[in-house]
Amino acid sequence: MLLIHCPYCEEERSELEFRWAGEAHIARPDNISAISDEEFAEFFFLRNNEKGLTYERWRHIHGCGRFFNAARDTVSDKFLMTYKAGLPKQPIPAAAKAEAIAEEKTIETWEQTEGDAR
Amino acid sequence: MVDFGAEIATRTLPLSGAHGGSSVARLELAAPAERISLRVVAADVAALSAALGVDLPTRPKTSASANGRTALWLGPDEWLVIAEGTGDTGSALVEAASKAAVPHSATDVSHRNTAIIVSGPGAAAAINTGCPQDLSLAVFPVGACSRTNLGKVEIVLLRTADDAFRVEVWRSFSTYAFGLLAEGARDAAL
Repeated sequence: MLLIHCPYCEEERSELEFRWAGEAHIARPDNISAISDEEFAEFFFLRNNEKGLTYERWRHIHGCGRFFNAARDTVSDKFLMTYKAGLPKQPIPAAAKAEAIAEEKTIETWEQTEGDAR
Repeated sequence: MVDFGAEIATRTLPLSGAHGGSSVARLELAAPAERISLRVVAADVAALSAALGVDLPTRPKTSASANGRTALWLGPDEWLVIAEGTGDTGSALVEAASKAAVPHSATDVSHRNTAIIVSGPGAAAAINTGCPQDLSLAVFPVGACSRTNLGKVEIVLLRTADDAFRVEVWRSFSTYAFGLLAEGARDAAL
């Protein structure tokens, strides 16, 4: 079970109490009626879906109810850091980053995880 | 004319008649209580504390009790206030909160919730059947409270003593919660 640090409850809680809430730091255009359909589609529908380090919004829905931001590695599923909503994009602490990169060097192949299916 | 006793309104708890528990974890139904869901910004907490007669806690996972009222921290601007008594004559809590001349939201949720008291040496183990939180005394001391999960439902958990917890659960989920706790109590005794 993943433990996620809630910046409002100030402690680690089980992933069961949390809900994912999409990519973080997406700024709504200042004058939304002035932008083109393509620009609107880019803002509204299109997400980066990056492999590796991503910034996401999470919600402690079965706890304090608050939305917050998290930096997560989508390969290792590791949470590198969490911080309160409203704060600008925070730099990843060096130690957490090094750990995540070390973990990514382990390449899982189909043969390793599934074995010989015959 | 047959007297149906309509003038004597009686209230039955959602879990009325439910029984369960084991030799290490006892399950009891809490008496009907008055409850409000309170939302107020940090700057106006003091005014609400004065109006309610109980200091609203501002630290995560803490509660405070005074004058028969208990305030549970649920979020940075959200509290659950529980008062002893049935509140048959309207909501004394909402009335008390309204005396504070600051913007706030106090919603009467007395009948939305019901509570189960879990007590005994196996109480924490029984709750941990469906609750992922660390309920050791060091991490979850007496007076600690938190909104969390119990299996598939959301509960508000309050530790009232070393070996006693109050589980606040929505009434429509209460049979599920009681069933899971009864199962947990049985497992804790193994």
